[in-house]
Amino acid sequence: MSAAPAVADPLLDVSGLHVELMIDGVLRPVIHDVSLQIRAGEAVGLVGESGSGKSMTARAIARLLPAGAVVDGSISFGGRKVLELGPRELRGYRTDGIAMIFQDPRAHTNPVRRIGDFLTETLRTSKGVREDEAKRRAVATLAEVGIEDGARRLRQFPHELSGGMLQRVMIAAALLSEPQLLLADEPTTALDVTTQSEVMAILDDLRRERGLAMLFITHDLELAGAICDRTCVMYAGSIVEQQSSAGLNTDPLHPYTAALLAARPRLDATAERLAAIAGRPRSAFEAPEGCAFADRCPYREPQCTAEQQVLRPLGTSLVRCRRAEEVHPELRALSEKAGARG
Amino acid sequence: MGNGAVLEVERLRKVFRVRGAGRGEEIVAVDDVSFTVAEGESLAVVGESGSGKTTLARMLVGLETPTSGRIAVAGADRSSPARRAAERRRRGRETQIVFQDPYSSLDPRQTPASCIDEVLRLHFDRTADERAARVAELGDQVGLDDRQLNALPGALSGGQRQRVAIARALAAEPRVLLLDEAVASLDVSIQAQILNLLADIRAATGISYVLISHDLAVVRQITDTTIVMQRGVAVEHGTTTDILDAPKHPYTQLLRGSVPGPGWKPVRRSRNGGA
Repeated sequence: MSAAPAVADPLLDVSGLHVELMIDGVLRPVIHDVSLQIRAGEAVGLVGESGSGKSMTARAIARLLPAGAVVDGSISFGGRKVLELGPRELRGYRTDGIAMIFQDPRAHTNPVRRIGDFLTETLRTSKGVREDEAKRRAVATLAEVGIEDGARRLRQFPHELSGGMLQRVMIAAALLSEPQLLLADEPTTALDVTTQSEVMAILDDLRRERGLAMLFITHDLELAGAICDRTCVMYAGSIVEQQSSAGLNTDPLHPYTAALLAARPRLDATAERLAAIAGRPRSAFEAPEGCAFADRCPYREPQCTAEQQVLRPLGTSLVRCRRAEEVHPELRALSEKAGARG
Repeated sequence: MGNGAVLEVERLRKVFRVRGAGRGEEIVAVDDVSFTVAEGESLAVVGESGSGKTTLARMLVGLETPTSGRIAVAGADRSSPARRAAERRRRGRETQIVFQDPYSSLDPRQTPASCIDEVLRLHFDRTADERAARVAELGDQVGLDDRQLNALPGALSGGQRQRVAIARALAAEPRVLLLDEAVASLDVSIQAQILNLLADIRAATGISYVLISHDLAVVRQITDTTIVMQRGVAVEHGTTTDILDAPKHPYTQLLRGSVPGPGWKPVRRSRNGGA
C-alpha cells in the first residue's frame, strides 16, 4: 500500500531484458523481454513455476549469471547502468546496492567457517570496518532478525544451527552491508510453515523500518499476495501479467494465472477434482511461437500463435494476452469458483 | 482387527540414543502413537521438522525397528524385523512407499518398464507376456505412454518421474501406499495432475494411503483423517475436515494460522524465536 507511488523514480529499472544461456552446447533464450521497476521501500513479487526464468531474472540483476550468458536490454539501479559496471563498481554495487538471499541457506554458507566470519566478512574487507566493530554490528543485526544470543552464535558453525535459524543469519548477512534492494529467491520454501511466517514477518518489518526495496521470488501466489505490493507472473521466460498482489489472487487477467489459481488445492474446501493444467511448464526455448502459453491454454485461437504477444496495459495492470478483455469475465468466474471463500 | 483395518499402530515408540558428544542422552522421536487405517482410507500425518513423522514412516515400511509398541498390516504383526527373505518380501509387497524427490528415487540407468518389471518378477510368478501386459496396464493407470515407459529417467520431467514411482509402488499390489511428501517438490500445475491421479487410483483399487505432509491444502484434498504430530507426540487426531476447520490443539491452530491465504499476515511470535 504505497501512499504516493507515482512520484519517485524507480530504484531498479529493468527494461527489455533478454538472456541466453549455453544449454547442451547451444545458446538458448531463458529470459525474453522482461521489464520491471521497483521503488525504494516497495516489495515486488515474482511468481512462476520451475524454468519460468524467475531466478535467472534475479541473477541477471545481481550480475550473477553463469559464464557464457548473453545479456541484452538494460538494468539501471539508482542511475547506475548495471550491465556496464566494471569490476570495482560491481563490487560496490553488490556491497551496498543489492543483497541476495537464497532458498537453501546451507548451500550458501561455508560449513568450515564460523557464523561470525561469514557475517563480518563484507564489513571487514569491503568497508574497512575494524573487527570488534564489525562483530558489534553483527550482534545488533542478529537481534534485529530475532536472534538474541548473537555473541554465542558468532562462534558457532552452520551445522549447529537449524534451517530457520541459518536463514535468519543469511538475512542478517544481507542486511549488514545496508543494501537498498534485497533479492529474495524463495527464502522460505525450505522452511517449516511456522518458521516461514516468522521469517516473512522479519522481512516485512525490515522493509518498513529501513525502506528496503525487495524483489521476492516464490512459487506461492498467496504468499506473494500477502507481503508484496505488486506481483509479476512469469511463464517461459516472460512476464505474462503484472498487477496488485491483492488483485492477483481474486481477479487474474492472464489465462495462465487463472489456471495456476484453479490448480491449487485449497485449505478451506476439498475440490471434487483439481483443475490440472494439461502438459507441463515450458522453458523459454521450448515455448511455441507467439504466445508461450498457447499450447496449454483453453482460450487459444490460431491468431495467438501467429503473432508475438506484448505486455500491454489493462486498467492499472499489465497483461501479455491478446484476448485478455474478452476472457476476463470467464477468468474471474473461474477464480471465484476456485477460491476466495476463505 | 476386523472392521476392515489394514494398518494398526498401537502405542508406537522410538527412542534414539545419542552417540559421541552428549552421550547417553535419549531422544524420543516417536512417543506413544496409536492409530488405525481402514481399507480404502487415507490418513495424513502432519507435522514440521523434528515432529517424528519421518521416523514414523520409516517404522511403517520396516526401515526402523520400534523401541516398543506394535504395527500390524492386514492383521499380521511386523513390530520386529523379518526373519526370512520370504517374510521380508511379503511385508514389502503389502506396504509400498513413494518418496519426495523423484530425481533421486529412480535408477538413472533403468527404464521405467524394466524397473516395474523387476518388481513384478520379485513378487509374482508370471510369464514375460503377462508381465509386459501388466507393465502396460500400470503405465496406462498412471498416464505414461509406451515411449515414456522405455525412456531413461533422465529424459523424463519431475511429474513423469513421480508417475513412474507411483506405478512402481502399485506394481506390488500393496494394501497400504505410504506417500512421503510425494507431491511436495512438484510444480502447482503438475501437483494437481498427481493429486487427481492418486484420487483416481484409490477410487479404482480401494488402496489405503498414509500421506506424510506439511502442506495442509494437499492434506485436505486427498485424506479423510489426520494426525498432527509435535515433538514425537500425536497432539490431535480426527477427521481432516474437523482438524482443518476447527483445530483444537494450540499447535494445530498455529500450523493452520501460518498458511498464507486471503487476509493472512505473517506473525512474529517473539523477537527471540528459538526455532
